[in-house]
Amino acid sequence: MLKARHLCCGVAAAVLATGVALAAPSKQRQDELIYQLRQDCGSCHGMTLKGGLGPPLVPAAVAGKSDETLVEVILHGLPGTPMGPWAFEISPEEAAWLVRRMKEGL
Amino acid sequence: MCPTLTFATARLSILATVLALGGCQSAPRGTGDLGVVIERAAGRVQVVETTGRTALYTIPELGDLSHASTVFSRDGRYAYVFGRDGGLSKLDLLGGKLVKRVVQAGNSVGGAISQDGSLVAVSNYEPGGVRIFDAESLDLVADIPAVYGDKGATSKVVGLVDAPGRRFVFTLYDAGETWVADLVDPRRPTLRKFKDIGRLPYDGLITPDGRYYLAGLFGEDGIALLDLWDLDAGVRRILDGYGRGEKPLPVYKMPHLEGWASAGDLLFLPAVGRYEVLVVERDGWRERGRIPVHGQPVFVVARPDGRQVWVNFAHPRNDVVQVIDVPSQKIVKTLRPGKAVLHMEFTPRGEQVWISVRDEDRVEVYDTESLERVADLPVDKPSGIFLTARANRIGL
Repeated sequence: MLKARHLCCGVAAAVLATGVALAAPSKQRQDELIYQLRQDCGSCHGMTLKGGLGPPLVPAAVAGKSDETLVEVILHGLPGTPMGPWAFEISPEEAAWLVRRMKEGL
Repeated sequence: MCPTLTFATARLSILATVLALGGCQSAPRGTGDLGVVIERAAGRVQVVETTGRTALYTIPELGDLSHASTVFSRDGRYAYVFGRDGGLSKLDLLGGKLVKRVVQAGNSVGGAISQDGSLVAVSNYEPGGVRIFDAESLDLVADIPAVYGDKGATSKVVGLVDAPGRRFVFTLYDAGETWVADLVDPRRPTLRKFKDIGRLPYDGLITPDGRYYLAGLFGEDGIALLDLWDLDAGVRRILDGYGRGEKPLPVYKMPHLEGWASAGDLLFLPAVGRYEVLVVERDGWRERGRIPVHGQPVFVVARPDGRQVWVNFAHPRNDVVQVIDVPSQKIVKTLRPGKAVLHMEFTPRGEQVWISVRDEDRVEVYDTESLERVADLPVDKPSGIFLTARANRIGL
């Protein structure tokens, strides 16, 4: 488990560090990700992303945070808070795409 | 349907009588088998009845119901629906319509109704605090901001319940405090505050006798317990360190402490960050054991007779429901209703359980003896299911 986490970290860091243009997920996967953002992330952040027990994820709320930080939080969580790591089912590319969508607003 | 009419057409005098009484109106009905199912994404509620297992009405335009919960007036006629967007809606279950709706805060999550049914309280995240409304008119009666510390910060409020003596009890998520609000004089609530109950309390519940309040902690392994019969004794910690120092697993949906999964002298609670249900002896509040389960438990609810406990789970293991046999503390059935099982509600005496399966757009009904599915209803992204039997139970 720990190994897998480090591997994911490494991949994410490598992808971000090289600044490679990230491929967008397939249309079907995009739909799944948006559904998951609203429904599952939404259980803490609100279905409309206006916040709940977790902070809001609307454009104004995430504008001041770098894409790299947000991707890192999605993939690896925030220790000491309820935010868990999602790398087990969301890839670094998908997380980066989600961050862009969050910043644009759904 | 108007069955009298067929009969009446043959007898004109009876027809005349029927028409005089209002013709084809349906017969009066009680409310004991009614309830609501939240359609979380559409912002609608379905009014259902559990005898014939049908939907009677759909009530739309209730705002953001993505974490909605409901309490009932004492006669079971009105449902108060608490929406995520701060909306408080009063629904007439017999008339199938919205009576009144106020948007009382920016972000809220739950509510409670007072012992005498006269006050409705709402717990808010933004602005953090509790607001109290007249149950009849939904007029604001009192505002209790959850201000803590010496810098004037406000906290999100969770775990709001009613308690005997016209009191409400709730917990401050950010502050780690439990407050008891006495509303004997509703316009001047008096507060008793209990500080340092533990880190990140995520929800609370009250025992059905109205005596004990328990706040579950996310930030540490343990439960904060308050004896409402002896407030001077303060909050004490039970199940301290139940994780035994093991690193918790990530939690992809917060557990809920709703209802009282108790059976005889045992209490069943979701462990946080562990695939376990904790079993606690009410006498002495000691751990009796723990039951390994399929995933991170979200709801752990006892059948009304206490013979079984039903458990659902957090994402991504949320397609399963497990049934625990209380005497043996063993899982006797693993059901797979479908993706995203969000809630379970027993019929008043527990012969059936209604289960919402969000991603299947379906509510399934199971017989709790055969553990077989006996019916299902089409419901758009169902979440909470709330039946009017709650009207007569403390804390629900």
